[in-house]
Amino acid sequence: MNISVAIDSVPQEVLPSASEAGPAPKRIVVAYGFWIFLLSDIVMFSALFASYAVLGHSTAGGPTGAQLFNQVTVAIETACLLVSSYTCGLMSLAINSRRYLRTYLAALITFALGAAFLTLEIREFASMIAIGATPERSAFLSAFFTLVGCHGLHVTLGLIWLVVMMVQVAVMGFDATAQRRLLCFSLFWHALDIVWVGLFTVVYLMGVSP
Amino acid sequence: MNLLGKLDWSAIPLHEPIIMGATAFMVLVVVAVLGFITMQEAWLYLWREWLTSVDHKRIGVMYCVLALVMLLRGFSDAIMMRAQQAVAAGGAQGYLPPEHFDQIFSAHGTIMIFFMAMPFVVGLMNFAVPLQLGIRDVAFPTLNSVSFWLTASGALLINVSLAVGEFSKAGWWGYPPLSELQFSPGVGVDYYLWSLQISGLGTLLAGINFVTTILKMRAPGMSYMRMPVFCWTALATNLLIVAAFPVLTAVLAMLLLDRYLGFHFFTNDAGGNQMLYANLFWVWGHPEVYILVLPAFGVFSEVIATFSGKPLFGYRSMVAATMAICILSFLVWLHHFFTMGASANVNGFFGVMSMIIALPTGAKVFNWLFTMYGGRVRFSVPVLWSIGFMITFVIGGMTGVLQAVPPADFQLHNSVFLIAHFHNVIIGGVVFGVMAGYNYWFPKAFGFQLDERWGKAAFWCWFIGFYLAFMPLYLLGLMGMTRRMQHYDDLSWQPWLLLAMVGTVVILVGIVCQVVQLVVSIRNREKLRVTGDPWNGRTLEWATASPPPAWNFAVQPRVSGRDALWSSKQRALATKDEPPVRAYEPIEMPKNSATGFVTAFFAVVIGFAMIWHIWWMAGLGVFGAFVTLLTFAFRRRSEIEVPAEQIARFDRAYQAGAAI
Repeated sequence: MNISVAIDSVPQEVLPSASEAGPAPKRIVVAYGFWIFLLSDIVMFSALFASYAVLGHSTAGGPTGAQLFNQVTVAIETACLLVSSYTCGLMSLAINSRRYLRTYLAALITFALGAAFLTLEIREFASMIAIGATPERSAFLSAFFTLVGCHGLHVTLGLIWLVVMMVQVAVMGFDATAQRRLLCFSLFWHALDIVWVGLFTVVYLMGVSP
Repeated sequence: MNLLGKLDWSAIPLHEPIIMGATAFMVLVVVAVLGFITMQEAWLYLWREWLTSVDHKRIGVMYCVLALVMLLRGFSDAIMMRAQQAVAAGGAQGYLPPEHFDQIFSAHGTIMIFFMAMPFVVGLMNFAVPLQLGIRDVAFPTLNSVSFWLTASGALLINVSLAVGEFSKAGWWGYPPLSELQFSPGVGVDYYLWSLQISGLGTLLAGINFVTTILKMRAPGMSYMRMPVFCWTALATNLLIVAAFPVLTAVLAMLLLDRYLGFHFFTNDAGGNQMLYANLFWVWGHPEVYILVLPAFGVFSEVIATFSGKPLFGYRSMVAATMAICILSFLVWLHHFFTMGASANVNGFFGVMSMIIALPTGAKVFNWLFTMYGGRVRFSVPVLWSIGFMITFVIGGMTGVLQAVPPADFQLHNSVFLIAHFHNVIIGGVVFGVMAGYNYWFPKAFGFQLDERWGKAAFWCWFIGFYLAFMPLYLLGLMGMTRRMQHYDDLSWQPWLLLAMVGTVVILVGIVCQVVQLVVSIRNREKLRVTGDPWNGRTLEWATASPPPAWNFAVQPRVSGRDALWSSKQRALATKDEPPVRAYEPIEMPKNSATGFVTAFFAVVIGFAMIWHIWWMAGLGVFGAFVTLLTFAFRRRSEIEVPAEQIARFDRAYQAGAAI
């Protein structure tokens, strides 16, 4: 039997091409929209990265990155954030199998790691400010505090979001809406990791290289 | 500590008669409108049907209303500037003091770009794109409402600046160091920054919404190469919004940090770099002009094809040109400051790119011409705007290519030649485009046509007025006149500036004609009633009633080719079959939501509080916005079901009345 004849005899409706299939299901639409949002967020970060690259050497006689950055703290921060991404992944698995206890536990660990990251970052900022390395000191420090602080602000918002989502799961259960939002949350949390990897490289590694 | 921050009674400029007159007029208009609504007892109707509506058509109409109102505001700034320059020659100082003149040109640019052109194109996309795609609504209807109300909040803040405090004197792009605290200590730049941040966020959210809608929500059978060209241009525009607006947010945030917390991004001291601002601003700013003009290109494509009774010539090349412009628009930004002092190679690259971007645009113009060629062109109002556009935009484009040559730009930079150029492309492209779209889709939105005679009068006044107002500026630019002059010594400039003033008055007559057109059309609406398809259209928005029901299409359209409605009309003519009996099903529709309106209220609170350094109020605003978000997140039902009988009743009544 001729194969092409066999395909031709299948009614057209059975084989729509992806672009002719009609409106996508809501889960796809929401996740897709959130991806677009994340891309826009990364564009914003790229503007901050560009500014940091331009102003990185404009220290105006003030302290440089090599004098300020503590590699050990940053390494611990990085570890916290990367592990929290892993536990966030575990949370997604628990949500898919609809296990409440595992979800709460994974969320709790994710939250704790995120909070630890933030605490370390705030302590780093505070110690810099204590020795006079404030954003008002030089353009380099302005760009540094803005870039790293903007990431920290995102982490803060992520933590608030996580708390709200856990309350929502407790109140409304794993309904379709909550599942979609948790999916978006995990996308957001992983995206923050990607930004941090860039930040770690550009600010902390390149900042201390001679 | 002062409870009201920097705000006190001296913020209201009681000693400035012009400002107080304008304020009094604005307050009177607002009171009159509010009084009219109260007299009609329309508050509940307005709240239920419009302010909390998440229907993309209603939101689109509200965007366009906002744009039309702001057009009047921005135009009154224009006519004041023209009047000032017409008289302030030689020793004369005119009637506007410098600090007021500076606010006017800053407000004119800011309002026209952000609160006239942007809302108008976003409004047209909101109204037409889901209908053309054959779907019920955009991907995120409540977010759509939030977007609109954030834009309206920005517009409100800019108008508040007229009465309370002052507006920026640093131009519509707010270059530092002039816009830094050191040289602009007042609240003007803060009004500029906060209103743009708030409305910019709204635009970004709209962009995300539309990219998702167009890429993921098309009717069954509508593959990419079957989309109407307006949807293609809307896709390109919204991709540009998503890629460009975050940069604007970032750069304005940096300027805010400089002004509020003493950062040194763009200051003169401590290593700040002003050219960083210029670069980042125009990385957003140049795509922005394509964000504005691409939907206008889409409107012309629809209008020309419809009124020539022919399919669009070179559909594929039109799509390719649109996407080429979408990408190239990110490679030309430096031509806004060739004089920065970059190397010849850098300037050369951006000069060449700026010339190359004219090529896809040129291809489009030829496509429109070839579409008209051999067609039966009906010279209705939208077609007049389109033809006026083709002539005007080609001239504006050529003066642009001229300035893309860096050595020529060194002569023309900052002169009124540049002013003439970008008004030539923005009025000739964007304004003519949105006016064509307004006349084209008005009958779809309201079920009656706009009056043709007044529409034609408006077009001719705008068209002639534009040439009278801006051709003299080309000459003046070549004669050496720089932009933003509150007065000047060279008396030989004055006749040309008087001519430009006359042109502005002719445009004013055009705007008056448009207001009359609207009033006359509303009064004669029974005579101007139309069916669902008044223009013998080609695309799906004409396949439903005018105005369309909330659910747009009673049954989901299925698309089998380009120009979906046209081909189905041709098929129906050829076969003369009875239309198949339609099987109606209940439709899930998104529920109305006050989220957008309430969020915008708190956005205004935050913006106003930050402008005047009222920290407790800003905190309250953030808290309120957060609670609004939570309320939205925890609501139980987000959709309502429209019963099948209701849809069937509406559809039968419409089809009986339509009788194509």
